Amino acid sequence: MTEPRVPEPLVRIRNVSKHFGEGETRIDALREVSLEVFPGQVVALLGPSGSGKTTLLNAIGCILEPSGGRMELDGDVVYDGRWLRSDLRRLRLDKIGFIFQFHNLLPFLNATDNVAVVLNLAGLDSGEARKRAVDLLDYLEVGNRRNAFPAKLSGGEAQRVAIARALANRPRIILADEPTAALDSKRAGIVMDLLRKLAVEQEAAIIAVTHDEKIFDRFDRIFQLRDGRLDTGGP
Amino acid sequence: MNLAYRDVRHKLGRFLLTCTGLGLLLGVVLAMIGIYRGLVVDALTIARAPGIDLWVVESGTRGPFAEASRIPGDTREAITRVGGVAAAGSITYQTVETEHQAGKLRLYVIGYELGRPGGPPRFVAGRGIVRSHHELVADRSTGLGIGDRIALGRNTFSVVGLTEHQVNSGGDPAVYITLLDAQKLQFDLAPPAYRVQLARGTGAAVRDTVNAVVARVQPNVAPDSVAESVRRWKHLAAITQEGQEAILTGSLVDRARRQIGLFTSLLLVVSAVIIALIIYTMTMEKLKQIATLKLIGAPDRTIIGMIVQQALALGFIGFGIGATLILTVKNYFPRRVVLEPDNVLVLAGIVFLVCLLSSGLGVRAALRVDPATALGG
Repeated sequence: MTEPRVPEPLVRIRNVSKHFGEGETRIDALREVSLEVFPGQVVALLGPSGSGKTTLLNAIGCILEPSGGRMELDGDVVYDGRWLRSDLRRLRLDKIGFIFQFHNLLPFLNATDNVAVVLNLAGLDSGEARKRAVDLLDYLEVGNRRNAFPAKLSGGEAQRVAIARALANRPRIILADEPTAALDSKRAGIVMDLLRKLAVEQEAAIIAVTHDEKIFDRFDRIFQLRDGRLDTGGP
Repeated sequence: MNLAYRDVRHKLGRFLLTCTGLGLLLGVVLAMIGIYRGLVVDALTIARAPGIDLWVVESGTRGPFAEASRIPGDTREAITRVGGVAAAGSITYQTVETEHQAGKLRLYVIGYELGRPGGPPRFVAGRGIVRSHHELVADRSTGLGIGDRIALGRNTFSVVGLTEHQVNSGGDPAVYITLLDAQKLQFDLAPPAYRVQLARGTGAAVRDTVNAVVARVQPNVAPDSVAESVRRWKHLAAITQEGQEAILTGSLVDRARRQIGLFTSLLLVVSAVIIALIIYTMTMEKLKQIATLKLIGAPDRTIIGMIVQQALALGFIGFGIGATLILTVKNYFPRRVVLEPDNVLVLAGIVFLVCLLSSGLGVRAALRVDPATALGG
């Protein structure tokens, strides 16, 4: 009888720290944070303002260089005391999807093109990129708004288009910054259900920074940050 | 997917309005360049009109345009006999103001000898002067038409022909009359003054005076050598056509030319600053979008391309609007606006460079944007 296969974590962080400034002005935003997030998991980063959750999200998103530690994303060691990849933007394009608090859709592109632009950047030709974008919008039940510009979309619709964009390249890691902050509780619930569904169906890891207590019960794990240190817990 | 085009298309009205504003500014720059060139061309037009090689004027002067020059009327006969001279003609220049259709008309009157060098260079309507008196060929910009009659001095002239682009360095349109009429106009005294002169016993003033004699030299003869021969007469000075043009551009219109040149340069600098500001502002308005693009993995070349393409589109559409505008209205300016293709191309090149440099500011700001700013918080 064979042992059940233990999945590899999609995000593995070991002793990651980040400080700003030196000497008396030094601020330790992250202090030796370690965590693992597995495929299919939806986890939350919680903490008061200044606790380091956005810094941690930026570090995982390869936007902010840590001061020390080791980071492994989707089996690829990207940081070990220094960046090990020079093409961090390409890494983000291929492996990480971002969902923002206020959707951050490009105002000059319609819903389809807001999704297609990511596929286009990844090298897909415009026709194929649009086709896949429309499929994604349909999947997220916002296909009927495919030609609408962001200014004409409701908050929930815009957030679903933003999720479609985050998923366009089928990234295995999705980072969300307050994904439900701009939504009412009903729509926040819909978005969280959607993220959970995606995590399971696409075997993706979803890490969300949130203050939204009404969705705490939708997470598999909650990482509590305090003064740059991590306390783990669960619902 | 061309992001620059999509962004422009999304805010097309605003973009076109910006292009139009820039176009008006570049139109003014083009107009100034045209006026600058027009000033030089106007200054040289009258001097080039006779198509001659040599100007014989009063000794010690640089006449007849830069300084007053008066020489005896029979000088032409002497010049004609100088070796190497093919043809010569006496010529007078004077400015008169007259009335036409209840308005003031300022004219540059050129008197010349029929059948000799110095007459109008070409006709756009009518014919040349054939009668010895009271016929006139006018520049089209005078507003006169064939058959019009106009009073000059105490005589009335009939317009028999029209020429074009014949104005003096001050922009006054030229009219051509016979030398005899011109001398009468220039030197005849009014009857009361004439009677006073008679009473004093001084008699009539000598009328056979001209401002210059113009000469064509024979083929294969250097104008300089003929000029050298003429200078042996101590009461005469000889200036080659090349020398005359140098005097006109170097002294007569020099200040005006420099003034307009300086103003044009200032306008160009102002345009460059405005283009830079517009492009920089356009980029700054998009910083959040640029941060988002960076965050989702857009390479720098995509972002640089977006800014540079928009900058160039702005410059060229603006330039196109400005050039079209000026080329359409240039003939309605009170003075000649001369725009040669090379002027337009040079300004287009400058606009291209300015747009590239200006977009550099925007590109610099865009490349410095931290993608984390897209996340906020």
